[in-house]
Amino acid sequence: MYHKHLLAISTALLATAGMAQAQETVKIGTVAELSGPGAPAGTNWRDGIKIAVEEINAEGGILGKKIELSEYDTQTDPQVSRALVQKAIDAGAYAILGTIYSGSTMVNMLVAQQNSIPQFVGSEAPGIVEKGNPFVFRTSSGAQKGVPALTTYFKDTLKAKKVAVAWVNNEFGKGGRNVFVEEMKKAGIEVVADVPSEQAQTDYAADIAKLKQANPDAVFVYMNQEESARFLIEAKKQSLAMPLVGEVTLTEAKVIELAGGAAEGAIAHVGVTATATDVPGIGAFAKKFETTFKRRPTHDAIKGYVGAWTTKYVTEMVGELDGEAFAEKMHGLCLKAADHPKILLDTCWDDRGEMSRPSFMVQVKNGAPVVIGTVPAN
Amino acid sequence: MSQFLQVLLSGLATGSIYALVAIGFTLVWQAAQTVNFAQGEFVMLPAFFVLIGMSVFGMPLWIALIFGLAISIVVLGVLFKKMIVEPILPHGGITLIIATMALGILLKESVKEFYSAEAQPFPSLFPGDPINVFGAVLSLQDVFNLVISLGIVVLLTLFLNRTRTGRCMQATAQNPAVAEILGVNVKRMILYTFLINAALAALASFLITPVYLAKFSNGETLGLIAFIAAIVGGFNQIRGAIAGGLLIGVLDNLTAAYVTAQYRAALPLVLLIVIILVRPQGILGTSEGRTV
Repeated sequence: MYHKHLLAISTALLATAGMAQAQETVKIGTVAELSGPGAPAGTNWRDGIKIAVEEINAEGGILGKKIELSEYDTQTDPQVSRALVQKAIDAGAYAILGTIYSGSTMVNMLVAQQNSIPQFVGSEAPGIVEKGNPFVFRTSSGAQKGVPALTTYFKDTLKAKKVAVAWVNNEFGKGGRNVFVEEMKKAGIEVVADVPSEQAQTDYAADIAKLKQANPDAVFVYMNQEESARFLIEAKKQSLAMPLVGEVTLTEAKVIELAGGAAEGAIAHVGVTATATDVPGIGAFAKKFETTFKRRPTHDAIKGYVGAWTTKYVTEMVGELDGEAFAEKMHGLCLKAADHPKILLDTCWDDRGEMSRPSFMVQVKNGAPVVIGTVPAN
Repeated sequence: MSQFLQVLLSGLATGSIYALVAIGFTLVWQAAQTVNFAQGEFVMLPAFFVLIGMSVFGMPLWIALIFGLAISIVVLGVLFKKMIVEPILPHGGITLIIATMALGILLKESVKEFYSAEAQPFPSLFPGDPINVFGAVLSLQDVFNLVISLGIVVLLTLFLNRTRTGRCMQATAQNPAVAEILGVNVKRMILYTFLINAALAALASFLITPVYLAKFSNGETLGLIAFIAAIVGGFNQIRGAIAGGLLIGVLDNLTAAYVTAQYRAALPLVLLIVIILVRPQGILGTSEGRTV
């Protein structure tokens, strides 16, 4: 009998100690593409979050509790990502940061939703915020917001009458391609070639030959990083002469590193870029990132950073660690950079979790992306 | 017309690389009567040796290429033969095939673990200046790829047919027991075959990686396509491997340009099934009888 009492007391003490320990930290799970084709995006996303967490913890954490960050590598596999979101939630995650690849997010966001866990994602496929999931929030505009921002560039700046679209045949690529084709139709611009390619494709000779044959005024390139780089290398090999315009990835630091001189002249609309150093918060972040990781941050790093800081800001507005209250607060929320400097730019989320903020047009010049214009929030 | 020519020439340039890798399958088959399923990884790895030479030891590109070639010959030629083939071959061909599969996974995961999972840029060996050929634009890199690959194949064929060592290697491949009775140093000839295979893999790696980018997973697709190219062309003939490689390179590009880009990856497999059904020995291969 004595032993039974002793066991019960010990168990109760251990459980209490465990709870006390659990309450001292806020667990956040980073579920990202740390290997596989998505590794360039995922590692930047994770490293941006790491910097944010370090800053947040230095400022006292969230509601006075330090953040305990856990990393989960999806290997760029949607099914693995789903299992890892569940694993992070089982480990007590208050919020999930990730994934980047839309194909993964489409699969894993249901797990976070079922557990009422807020999830910040770096994905841009339109479908993500069209599923009625109240717990998913973007950290950059979706393709249905980002791609239309390019319409005026094609129409007014390039004065294009006929364009071509080269896209990667995955969830991300399909979303962007569909929005682009629809936008061109509305703008009265003819799409003369529609060239899909496969994820991880290595040989773009036939794709570029088709684009050359169609002879458009400009080509819209919508692919992931490695595919973008291989596309640009082949485009240079075949002397594809018309402007190559992309959304976000085409002028990424990793793409420029991989494509080298072939990236020169490529143009892209980016939701946020580390080269916009005129924006004080972005300049400071880029400097810190370079010092810490000895490389330049990509937009994915900034997205991860913003996701982590938004988690802090909004949780402290709510005043407690409550996923449902957090999600409710996020819908229709606007954060001003003047009041919340680590949000970097004035940012709003609508009732579906879609994000709006000012964006940039950049072009690769002398091996680096340079801001050539700004686009107001739409 | 210019589009067709463009696609054809680009296909030949890519196909010539497939041919180099496919020849490796043929050589190993002839030397050890086995299939090296790590052949794709043998092509992936040398590019990383070069990158290590450049980034770790600060070598200039051409020195790093020689360094990469030398390390490849030692690791993928000598060590592969001594540590994998020789101890396992007596236990049977199937055992060795499974061992090469395991080796492929080991090489891939090692690069991922110790170098990076991310793709790495790889410097081009030749200038990318475009050349206009009847309306089609080829880069010097493509032209050199084609010329070097075909040149190597011609030299290899001459070596095997016109030199004493080459003929000894062929004799060893055809019947090692008789070759040994006739005074051929069979073990040395087999070693030469593995060294040539390693050198060919390294060369293919140096030519293809500037376009494919250096990545741990590069061998998956390359190995599979080259394996199919070797079967399609004829597994026991070097000229068959060349034909298979060029055929797949051209058909892949023509399919992507004129039929469907989505199903281009299926083309080599369709071709493989057709060849196995219609001409199992391959387009230029010869029938072999074997006691089982």
